[in-house]
Amino acid sequence: MAEIVLEIPPRLDYLAVVRLVVATAAGLDPPLPDSRLDDLRLAVTEACSNAIKAHRPDAADEPVVISCHLEEDRFRVDIRDRGPGFDPDALARLPDPTDPTRLNHESGLGIPLIKVLTDDVTFEPAGDGTIVSMTLKRPSVQPI
Amino acid sequence: MELEIPDIDVEGWTVVAASGEIDVATAPAMRTRLNELIEAGATHLVVDLEDVDFIDSTGLGVLVGSLRNARAGDGDLRLVCTNSRILKVFEATGLHEIFTIGTTVDDAVAIAAE
Repeated sequence: MAEIVLEIPPRLDYLAVVRLVVATAAGLDPPLPDSRLDDLRLAVTEACSNAIKAHRPDAADEPVVISCHLEEDRFRVDIRDRGPGFDPDALARLPDPTDPTRLNHESGLGIPLIKVLTDDVTFEPAGDGTIVSMTLKRPSVQPI
Repeated sequence: MELEIPDIDVEGWTVVAASGEIDVATAPAMRTRLNELIEAGATHLVVDLEDVDFIDSTGLGVLVGSLRNARAGDGDLRLVCTNSRILKVFEATGLHEIFTIGTTVDDAVAIAAE
């Protein structure tokens, strides 16, 4: 298993770099299909954005750590922050799109998107922070 | 990549053409521009996403808020998008049921006129 680790300051202007690095790692043979790379780029952006926002001000000198794990049948990316943690199941449910009050909610789509776009996601406390671990299945390597 | 937002008028609709990546870092610029337009009375808006190759939940939230503000001013906000990558995000969030999405600016304006 190969591992690629990226450490960034807790700054939102680094998100484009994170997308580029993670998608490049996931493009290594056997690459994720293009549509799944799009899913990964968006899921990583959402998780990393949450991690940066949750990062404690007194830990501003510590990085948000993104680690990509290239396993034989899956691609896993872990994002670790220094935030207080949260319960993803406790998030308020957004109104149905046909409900006129839906327009009053501009946020709250990040976690639902991560759940839809990945094959598996976990949110685990880790020391003084949280690790979001997202997995996408890799295609099988076809014998020559 | 920069977010470019030139404005043009088509049959009374203000067309805002966005390009590049709309994420939590760049979406505030789009929010500011759309708010400025609505506050200036341009409540009939078409946001052209044809040259947008990435949008995250913050970008979607900006569009939702701008749609709400446009409707509060008796207007509307329509989208132009044929990029399957972007359309997939709208479908994954159910927002394709909220927005009217045309294939061209003329199409979006025509739908609005119905």
